[in-house]
Amino acid sequence: MNRRHLLLAPGAAALAAALCIAVPSASHAQAGGQPIRVGEINSYTGLPAFTIPYRQGWQLAVEEVNAAGGLLGGRKLEVVSRDDAGKPDDAVRVAQELLSNEKVELLAGTYFSHVGLAVADFAARNKLPFVAAEPLTDAITWTKGNRYTFRLRPSTYMQAAMLVEEAAKLPAKRWATVAPNYEYGQSAVQWFRQLLSEKRPDVEFVAEQWPAQGKLEAGPTVQALAAAKPDAIFNVTFGADLAKFVREGEGRGLFRNRTVVSLLTGEPEYLDPMKDEAPEGWIVTGYPQEQIDTPEHKAFREAYVKRFNEAPRQGSVVGYATFKAIAAAVEKAGSTDAEKVVDALSGLALSSPFGPITFRALDHQATMGAYVGKTTVKGGQGAMTGWRYADGADYLPSDEAVRKMRPE
Amino acid sequence: MSFYLVQFLSGLATAATLFLVSSGLTIVFGVTRIVNFAHGSFYMLGAYLGWTLVERWGSTPLGFWGAVAASALAVGLLGALMEVGLLRRLYRSPELFQLLATFGVVLVVQDAASWIWGSEDLLGRRAPGLRGSVDILDQPFPLYDLVLIGLGPLVLGLLWLLFNRTRWGTLVRAATQDRDMASALGVDPARLFTGVLFLGSALAGLGGALQVPREAVNLHMDMAIVVEAFVVVVVGGMGSLTGAFVASLLIGQLQAFGILVFPQITLVLVFLFMAVVLVIRPYGLLGRAEDAPPTAASPGPPLVAAAGAARWAPALLLALLAAVPLVAGDYALIVLTEVVILALLAASLHLLIGLGGLVSFGHAAYFGLGAYGAALLVKHFAAPMPLALAAAPLVAGLGALAAGWFCVRRSGLYFAMLTLAFAQIVWSVTFQWYGVTGGDNGILGVWPPDWAAGKAAYYWLTLALAGGALLLLRRAAFAPFGYTLRAGRDSTLRAESVGIDVRRHQWLSFALAGSAAGLAGGLYAFSKGSVFPTLMAVPVSVDALVMVLMGGIQTLSGPVVGAALFHLLETEAMSRTDWWRLVLGAIILVLVLAFPKGVAGFVRDLWTRGRDA
Repeated sequence: MNRRHLLLAPGAAALAAALCIAVPSASHAQAGGQPIRVGEINSYTGLPAFTIPYRQGWQLAVEEVNAAGGLLGGRKLEVVSRDDAGKPDDAVRVAQELLSNEKVELLAGTYFSHVGLAVADFAARNKLPFVAAEPLTDAITWTKGNRYTFRLRPSTYMQAAMLVEEAAKLPAKRWATVAPNYEYGQSAVQWFRQLLSEKRPDVEFVAEQWPAQGKLEAGPTVQALAAAKPDAIFNVTFGADLAKFVREGEGRGLFRNRTVVSLLTGEPEYLDPMKDEAPEGWIVTGYPQEQIDTPEHKAFREAYVKRFNEAPRQGSVVGYATFKAIAAAVEKAGSTDAEKVVDALSGLALSSPFGPITFRALDHQATMGAYVGKTTVKGGQGAMTGWRYADGADYLPSDEAVRKMRPE
Repeated sequence: MSFYLVQFLSGLATAATLFLVSSGLTIVFGVTRIVNFAHGSFYMLGAYLGWTLVERWGSTPLGFWGAVAASALAVGLLGALMEVGLLRRLYRSPELFQLLATFGVVLVVQDAASWIWGSEDLLGRRAPGLRGSVDILDQPFPLYDLVLIGLGPLVLGLLWLLFNRTRWGTLVRAATQDRDMASALGVDPARLFTGVLFLGSALAGLGGALQVPREAVNLHMDMAIVVEAFVVVVVGGMGSLTGAFVASLLIGQLQAFGILVFPQITLVLVFLFMAVVLVIRPYGLLGRAEDAPPTAASPGPPLVAAAGAARWAPALLLALLAAVPLVAGDYALIVLTEVVILALLAASLHLLIGLGGLVSFGHAAYFGLGAYGAALLVKHFAAPMPLALAAAPLVAGLGALAAGWFCVRRSGLYFAMLTLAFAQIVWSVTFQWYGVTGGDNGILGVWPPDWAAGKAAYYWLTLALAGGALLLLRRAAFAPFGYTLRAGRDSTLRAESVGIDVRRHQWLSFALAGSAAGLAGGLYAFSKGSVFPTLMAVPVSVDALVMVLMGGIQTLSGPVVGAALFHLLETEAMSRTDWWRLVLGAIILVLVLAFPKGVAGFVRDLWTRGRDA
């Protein structure tokens, strides 16, 4: 019996695979007019409900850029998209594949904060510009920020600050919080408490609940919050947990005579699945896509509906604006040289469906904002009402404070 | 006071769902000894089917309950189908091989559900007539939850009647106690198993369908429930319905009241509870020793060291692999680096499973401990890479030594679940200890120094270290230590009677496997540049298990083959299609059916047969 011969099998397989994988790298060496390749990574299988609208958004942007004649005098924008399975280590491997085999000039995408951070670190190590589209963690532009990483979406801090402005106007003094038990939930609650306490020294926080993400025990959690008799509740749960929380909260009268301030709940991704059971009168950040009638948004919305035959979601705007920003940066840099693109992205101003935005040179955070308003139910669908656009630029800490946080 | 009563009732409602799902699991396990990972998938399918049918018929009470029952039946049929089409073909395979098959089913169902029902969360109708709430001592409580609370004991009662008052139930109990004897007495085990799979899956489907009025049906439901269901089964004592019922009640109440005292404990509570129960009671609350499953012992032909020219195969392979950087690009090299690292991880797990007969569900803990040990040294003490890499197996080995002391005192699935509990505890500490571990945002900037930064250089380094560790593991397998381990695996009683301290050897092998996994983790950390708690999460443990089983547990080369096969398949499928889980799952199913002894086992059989002929 020759067990050891079998050891050859994986080796041969690996060698064959190595050769296969090695081959494509040779095929992209055409001269002049070659496309500008952007590597795109996101959690398409892990969170399809959020990432598919996002993908359609960037597809639209890329099509528009190419229809308008491409970049740098006729070079097409080409995107190589990959799934990261929702795992940071897979994302880093995929990024390496995009860099080595697909010869991409930039990286973009990611949804989860930890995946975004892993790719940001990879980008800095390999001196490759990276536009993080969706991760919300403050760390990606602040405590763990780096020269090569930029972030489009308003961060946890910014969204919390927008809500604090409204929360401070409420008469409520006793607050309870409920947030998923990981960094996003924790930093949202931490900022909310800190910023609200600064504005309203008279408030107190009487209860907190930290359900495991995706495993909210709705009944006990709702009951525990109600037992603290708060005047108002700050909610950070989202997705399936949110639906459970709303159902159980309604059933047990948690929201009776209480104001709820809730992060992201106004985004169609979270509001739409709740249909006519969407909560009434919650103060939320979100995206009332069917009501915004600025010319830039109308143009975007019409093009999107025409192309995909469905309404855009928050992710669609993020995907669209991310790739519009990449196109603008390459055009501004006049080259695909990484350092030049990074310099172009710092301070880059462009028009987005939400209005003008700037990638701040200070911390690489874009000033894209969010819509703040109240939820309501209209025609069997959740919607936002009484909303206004909160420009991200107005909800950032002082430059001094940001400089202190950034490692550079 | 009224608050505590309502909190208690909420806990009961949680317990009811848990019981429905875990009762199905415990019945299936009790009779067939199959560790059915797909049980959570059946729960999810029940919820999705329930959603579809309730949308269609659910406007009247009759329609709603009809829809729930129909979903349960449909899922039961799917379970029976899985038994007939898949599991039945594997009963002669080594124990646990069915686990690999059910893992394939999990992957396929995930993508199938996403394809059929779309990716968006689906919020279904509420139960007609039960939408409102009743006031219990001035606290509103949902009516539907009251119904659920009643349903738990009702199902328990019906199952009791089924098992104690019908001929079929008696046969099932007979088969649970002694499969071979039942079959010798003329009971067709295949038909019995089909029925049991039907019943177990239908219960999972029922639990899922009953969730429709409570929560949004979503694609993550399968993973969310299956681990907890295993916890309930093990805490209750495997195969014991009453045990599962009691365990559900306890866990439901623990969750209801635990969050009042420690709101942050949600991540780890059930695992802490399970660890405590298993440390105190070896067979769960109501399990009996004789119901404990056999270990993963896989007799088959014993391992024999290769002789003749074949002895040089590993050296040849190593030389071959070392030459790869001459022809391959950067990406191919990092994939190969990962393959080598995962091969070490799988081989370390194989030391436990293949030689020790100890199936670990928590091997990722030591992989993660190694990765974190290295990363923390780099981050907090600016340690150079060699020092960090040296610390990785030490940290993991110490962790394994501590956890192993408890774990080796249990056997079979109790051992497996105890390792899982320790892994989850380590994971949640890492996940929540922001000051030291960076929490879920991990530790960044763990890159190798300049001399090892090149892809080829790091690959060679990995090859040298992991290759060396693999050789040591192989040496251990053929040293007296390895023979002793195998003796303990094949017959604990006989081994002990000749003076072998089986437990002590198992404990040492646990520590050895842990430190080898830790070295793999340290190498992995530097290859990625960052570490995150995902490295020690359940999916990594499952992946490692799948690699070992895919290669086959009867050969030392099995885990190496399995790791290479699994990782290359996964990375290739991932970069080619969004439906990679479907592709991977289908390939696993095909492999399982084509090679019921694992790939390496199959090749070895061919080899032996060819030589004998």
